[in-house]
Amino acid sequence: MLGGVLALTGCAGGAPSALDPAGTGAGRVADLWWVLFWISMAVFAEVMVLLVWALVFRRRRDARVRHGQPLRFVAIAGAGIPLVILVTVYALGLRDLVALGDGPGPEATTIEVTGHRWWWEVRVPGVAGATANELHIPVGEKVRIRLRTADVLHSFWVPQLMPKTDLIAGEVRETWLQTDRAGTYRGQCAEYCGTQHAHMAFLVVAEPRREFDAWLSQLGSPAARPQTDAQRRGQEAFEQGSCAGCHTIRGTGADGRIGPDLSDVGSRWSIGAGAVSNDGGHLGGWIANSQTVKPGNFMPPQPVDAQRLPDLIAYLQSLT
Amino acid sequence: MSTTAAPAPGASRGDLARLERHWGETPSVRSWLTTVDHKRIGRRYLVTAGLFFALAGLSALAMRTQLARPEAGMLSPEEYNQLFTMHGTTMIFLFATPMLFGFGNVLVPLMIGSRDMAFPKLNALGYWVFLFSGLFMWASLPFGAAPNNGWFAYVPLSDEQHNPGLHMDVYSLGLLFLGVATTAGSINFIVTALKLRAPGMSLNRVPLFVWAIVATGFMVIFALPALNVDNAMLFLDRRFGTHFFDPEAGGNVLLWQHLFWIFGHPDVYIIVMPALGIVSAVLPAFTRRGVVGYPLVVLAIVSISIISFGVWVHHMFATGLPQLSYSFFSAASTIITIPSGIQIFAWLATMMLGRLVLRVPLLFVIGFIVTFVLGGLTGAMFALTAFDQQVTDSYFVVAHFHYVLIGGAVFPMLAGIYFWLPKITGRMYHEGLGRWAFWLVFVGMHVTFFPMHLYGLFGMPRRVYTYRSEAGWDGWNLVSTVGSYVLALGLLLVLVGVVHAIRRGRPAPPDPWGGDTLDWSTDSPPKPYNFPVLPRVRSLHPNWDGPSRESMATGAEPDRVLADGRRTLRTSELDGRRERAVEMPEPSFQPLVLALAMLTFFTALLLAWYPVAAGAAATVAVTLAVWLWPPRRPDTEVGVSA
Repeated sequence: MLGGVLALTGCAGGAPSALDPAGTGAGRVADLWWVLFWISMAVFAEVMVLLVWALVFRRRRDARVRHGQPLRFVAIAGAGIPLVILVTVYALGLRDLVALGDGPGPEATTIEVTGHRWWWEVRVPGVAGATANELHIPVGEKVRIRLRTADVLHSFWVPQLMPKTDLIAGEVRETWLQTDRAGTYRGQCAEYCGTQHAHMAFLVVAEPRREFDAWLSQLGSPAARPQTDAQRRGQEAFEQGSCAGCHTIRGTGADGRIGPDLSDVGSRWSIGAGAVSNDGGHLGGWIANSQTVKPGNFMPPQPVDAQRLPDLIAYLQSLT
Repeated sequence: MSTTAAPAPGASRGDLARLERHWGETPSVRSWLTTVDHKRIGRRYLVTAGLFFALAGLSALAMRTQLARPEAGMLSPEEYNQLFTMHGTTMIFLFATPMLFGFGNVLVPLMIGSRDMAFPKLNALGYWVFLFSGLFMWASLPFGAAPNNGWFAYVPLSDEQHNPGLHMDVYSLGLLFLGVATTAGSINFIVTALKLRAPGMSLNRVPLFVWAIVATGFMVIFALPALNVDNAMLFLDRRFGTHFFDPEAGGNVLLWQHLFWIFGHPDVYIIVMPALGIVSAVLPAFTRRGVVGYPLVVLAIVSISIISFGVWVHHMFATGLPQLSYSFFSAASTIITIPSGIQIFAWLATMMLGRLVLRVPLLFVIGFIVTFVLGGLTGAMFALTAFDQQVTDSYFVVAHFHYVLIGGAVFPMLAGIYFWLPKITGRMYHEGLGRWAFWLVFVGMHVTFFPMHLYGLFGMPRRVYTYRSEAGWDGWNLVSTVGSYVLALGLLLVLVGVVHAIRRGRPAPPDPWGGDTLDWSTDSPPKPYNFPVLPRVRSLHPNWDGPSRESMATGAEPDRVLADGRRTLRTSELDGRRERAVEMPEPSFQPLVLALAMLTFFTALLLAWYPVAAGAAATVAVTLAVWLWPPRRPDTEVGVSA
């Protein structure tokens, strides 16, 4: 058990641990967890003491069987004491339920997240652009997250910031995020959503208001223009090839709405919602045949010339 | 209280010969296909459920192997998703409940002093339907068409648009088919326990295991219709274009979840309750006294079976329903731990007052207490909405329900297997082999599932076929995988122990443990008619009490021998007062034919051969008509007049 406690506090490694909370919501739940944990240890210890006592003293051959019916013991230990404990923790749980339900006011920043198989579309009301698998929040503010799904159920979970909220087909759900600690926090879909449920991660970037505003304005602006010849050839290939049928790059002829908006793809933390890291090699592999990278995803293999591929990669990497 | 002496037969040699003629079955293919003997059917349930357990367990091993290291490619995502779905669906529907129904089938008539179940042919039908529906579902796997949507099959992922192919048709039809067996079995247990108890076995003398099985039967009858309706609507949506779950046409996706969990939460207790009954049955023999607080334990069983219908929304705490409703369901989910607490402390008190005989069944009961208490503690945590929202659908919940289901169901089943092996097979198991099996299962279980609490808290969601190394979950996953192999080795040793006992085991006496219930008053294995003389029960522990045992011995009243036909006694529901002797049915092909017709019906429906389905439905109707046709026999023989 002691090992378990040490493991809980120490050995989370780089994991997005609910026990290393950075957000107001997750912080409350972590506090609740430690109360529950120590109560559980006490109850478990009580049961073990009784069990071990019986094993030590009632195994002897000369142990005389006693035929009493200690109903009072059973009622107090099995019902009375648990009732007191349970009413207490229920009250604590209710307090935290209310706190988690206490969302931001009407004027708060709102971010709209739409779940797709298997990526997250991120928009901000009043801002033209969109991005994918990464959303930014200003530090210190309670930010409203409005959740919809384009297909099946998903669940929005950032363990270090906030417990889950499911995305329900045909309905709109809301949750909120608030943290005082700038940083990046990993989130992942937590409701099984089909073949690539495993690769439906996202990143929450908490940053000072100034940087957040810069992100907002970038989200509303056209994508970076190509600077080199290779990048220009890449843009041409993108617009004329099949890419533009599904993807948007703001300020260009590419305005497809099926796949993620790629206007800032060069600066994203990963390709394929956490499937692989975002570098030239993986990008090329993804374009040529994403089915080898994230089998079952909805992007078909692309018939891109071997000569054009480096241009395409150069262009997409320039979109930061 | 005697540990070895067989009860002296109170029936004359002539009576025994006549009983043997009416009840005996000669081994033949025909008798194998037509038997209605509850012991043979129960044995089949146990063996078949064991096979499904092995299949589902091997699926789990494949998954753990895939997850041993990050980004492994042993299984494709499609394969992994079918495997975890078949693992869950099989463990819940084809292993846990059928296994416990197997125990119930063998034991309920023996424990209440009856010669068979109330409806022996229905019992045979239940087994065949269980077998065929299990094969129906598993046969889809080699075709790559196995269910692939998790065992709770949430819409809209399970609808035709998002999940084309036969996968979820197999799921919905397979579970509808299986539901016939579970419902039939439950009705049978309830009627058997209420009407066929030995004279004198008033309700306050009914063994706790039988109480648990009856409460389970009632839960099944009230819970299963919700699942059946759900699956029928899913099949209609998928095949015939109805819109029950389609939000764009006014349907509702949460309707599936509500109906599923109205069944699904009681189902947790449907699985655990009879297993707790096994614990209450095993303890008296190894503590040398009755379970403390019989009325409290009965009260706990009954109250769990009622409260379990008021907690289903705690499976939906993250779906964004109104907070007020969450606060109610949170309260109910908190309260339901109390009856379980009462049972735990009743067992602890029993152990603290008795004298412990530390044989393998008791080892598994101790393993059960340790594991189930841990699962119960995390269960109480899940009752709190705020905490639930953080850890639901993560590996924490995977840890929790494996502690509850392995701790609360598999350990008691293993205790039950070692405990009743002598009764069922007539052979003793090898104690050393059993101890090794226990320690491997116990250690393997905790090494596999304890770390899941950790990496669940560290943010790993369930049902992922792989994960990235930088998320920091790899070390703990490897520990779990190692544990799963230890667990599998332990379970293999259980199997070796059973086979060894059947092949090489010492012959078992009728009562090797000094048990307290009537099953230990019969031969090991029992005669086809169970009791040469039906007992007259005078206490809660009839095998420990002289007058009850003597009622089966020489000088018994002849009206409890009933050797002139296949007959057993019917008694009143509350007091167990003798009403009259009833005629029991002969072996019959009807259950097998009916089950085959149903299999044809569901297969034809699956493959859209609707004329064949119509033909099969007609066959079902005709078979049922023949089955229910009143027999032409004198009234006294049929038992409709005194």
